Amino acid sequence: MSVLIDKNTRVITQGMTGKTGRFHTVHCREYANGRECYVAGVTPGKGGGDFEGVPIFNTVAEAREATRANATVIYVPPPFAAKAIEEAVEAEMELAVCITEGIPVRDMMRVRAMMRGTKTTLLGPNCPGVITPDEIKIGIMPGYIHKKGGVGVVSRSGTLTYEAVHQLTALGLGQSTCVGIGGDPVNGLKHRDVLELFERDSETVAVVMVGEIGGSDEEEAAEWARENMSKPVVGFIAGVTAPPGKRMGHAGAIISGGSGAAADKIAALESCGIQTTKNPAEIGALLKSVL
Amino acid sequence: MKIHEYQAKEIFRARGVPVPDGFACLSLAQAEEAVGKIRGGVWVVKAQIHAGGRGKGGGVKVAKSAEEARQRAREIFGMRLITPQTGAEGREVKRLLIEEGADIADELYLAMLPDRARQMPVLMASAEGGMDIEEVAAKQPEKIHKLWLQPEALPTDAEAEELAAKIGVPEGSRAAAAELMQNLARVFHETDASLVEVNPLVVCGGGEVVALDAKMNFDDNALFRRPEIAALRDADEEDPAEAEAAQHDLSYISLGGDIGCMVNGAGLAMATMDIIKLCGGEPANFLDVGGGASKEKVSAAFQLMLANPGIRAVLINIFGGIMRCDVIAEGVVAAAKEMSITVPLVVRLEGTNVEEGKRILAESGMAIIAATTMQDAAEKAVKAARG
Repeated sequence: MSVLIDKNTRVITQGMTGKTGRFHTVHCREYANGRECYVAGVTPGKGGGDFEGVPIFNTVAEAREATRANATVIYVPPPFAAKAIEEAVEAEMELAVCITEGIPVRDMMRVRAMMRGTKTTLLGPNCPGVITPDEIKIGIMPGYIHKKGGVGVVSRSGTLTYEAVHQLTALGLGQSTCVGIGGDPVNGLKHRDVLELFERDSETVAVVMVGEIGGSDEEEAAEWARENMSKPVVGFIAGVTAPPGKRMGHAGAIISGGSGAAADKIAALESCGIQTTKNPAEIGALLKSVL
Repeated sequence: MKIHEYQAKEIFRARGVPVPDGFACLSLAQAEEAVGKIRGGVWVVKAQIHAGGRGKGGGVKVAKSAEEARQRAREIFGMRLITPQTGAEGREVKRLLIEEGADIADELYLAMLPDRARQMPVLMASAEGGMDIEEVAAKQPEKIHKLWLQPEALPTDAEAEELAAKIGVPEGSRAAAAELMQNLARVFHETDASLVEVNPLVVCGGGEVVALDAKMNFDDNALFRRPEIAALRDADEEDPAEAEAAQHDLSYISLGGDIGCMVNGAGLAMATMDIIKLCGGEPANFLDVGGGASKEKVSAAFQLMLANPGIRAVLINIFGGIMRCDVIAEGVVAAAKEMSITVPLVVRLEGTNVEEGKRILAESGMAIIAATTMQDAAEKAVKAARG
């Protein structure tokens, strides 16, 4: 088992013929069962062609109809990305993973409002994607640092997740699924939602939660975990040294209106029984200590 | 992106949010002229800088005569204004707003922003105008009233009047307050604002409702479709290094310590700052070179970081994913050829093409302190900065 995706997932790539889409489609197909998993691409106006043997369609609905895909990954540029997510929702894809960074907040609020009551789960935007080691990779993470196993990883960051995964793998601790929820202020799955998935997953035995300054997702996840989580969770929060009012790279990484500071998040996690480390080099070791 | 109060008030005025009559002044000559154009017997002279708490720092003065107003303008224009948000060095006042004084009966608070948790815009209002709203939110949250709106929707007459009643707008002024709230919501939506704040919103002696102050921040990700907003940028108000970084599409924040860091990815960049601090050092900056930077971009980032005269050591921490370690190494070597590096350079590379990256650095002849883990890198950088 795993969460969100496994070797049976069938994936459409929206924006497959752009530079980013092409690059990552190649790498995702090379990883584990990628050649079977990636079944279609969508680029409006280029339907009927193919990219390295993967057929291209004009719309998500056509691609889904023809291939029975259940997931989609979006590499569409920011001005058009919100529309691409909406198209995936209207085509009733089960999972939409949006990698695109730089979508306006106003567009994402509109997307989230139209998604209420629909069948689609959104991951991202501005995220590295999701990987179930040795089965399937949807996104931009380097596949080879992962190892199959029982640790679930959920994070708002890209490279910091790779760092955590690398530490786990070096300690011999494999991962069930690694989920990047993204660094934007308005997004799909949140830490809490992914903890819930890991709690229900029979393969996952423990979870690493990597958070950062801004918003209150980590606090909400911690509250939920205190009441509902039977598996150990450890945490790291980035940005103890970040000044208030400054956006630290990610659109959502900002301490504003007196909320979102790292120290408050760390205190909230600890008070809910989630052990944290202030040292990003010790995330793997901390997880090992609670097994 | 931030703009000045006077610019926000121009946006308000154009969309039917009442503001006092006033004039922006970019010189003392303009200020002299503006004083003469104000009707009524009260002048307000307001320093225009991108920082809050201007009144506390002496940047906002009320005058009872034209002569006094001119005197105040001369005092404030060009002063180094220090507020709780500017830091000790303060900010030079290069622009003024000269306004007609208002006959204030009551001071209220009104703002609109995205609510991250609910993922919809929220109108926030309070009877506690003119106060530090963060303090009100922390100590008396029941005094802040919220109205959530569907994306791109305006509050209805009934919703807005109810909100106005909750914050104590007298009955005779509620229709005007409701219209102001609706127009403020239009301002928010139509400019892709990330914050529209009116503190204080005032009810005047005659019952008029007026935005006495105006603060607007914008979603940087939406500036591509708001050229009229992007044009309001005031480079004088920005940290020169941060502005330079933005030109190269880099994310850079000055922090004041002495260990420069260059990292790929925002989360890892923050974590690198954190571990430097944990090891007893002080990070000089946040610098994210991004996920797929070219050799040229890495080179620009490296030069930008080294331009800071306060740096005593540099830590490069790269976890190669899409960003390959060899590209980082080539960028660093290229930048090093163009400038003399006088501080110790600690490099930690991991991930895609790590061996190739290490080889390029080793063969460059540069004096590099190689590190294995983040911990090792931070310890070596702190030690180097002290040496």
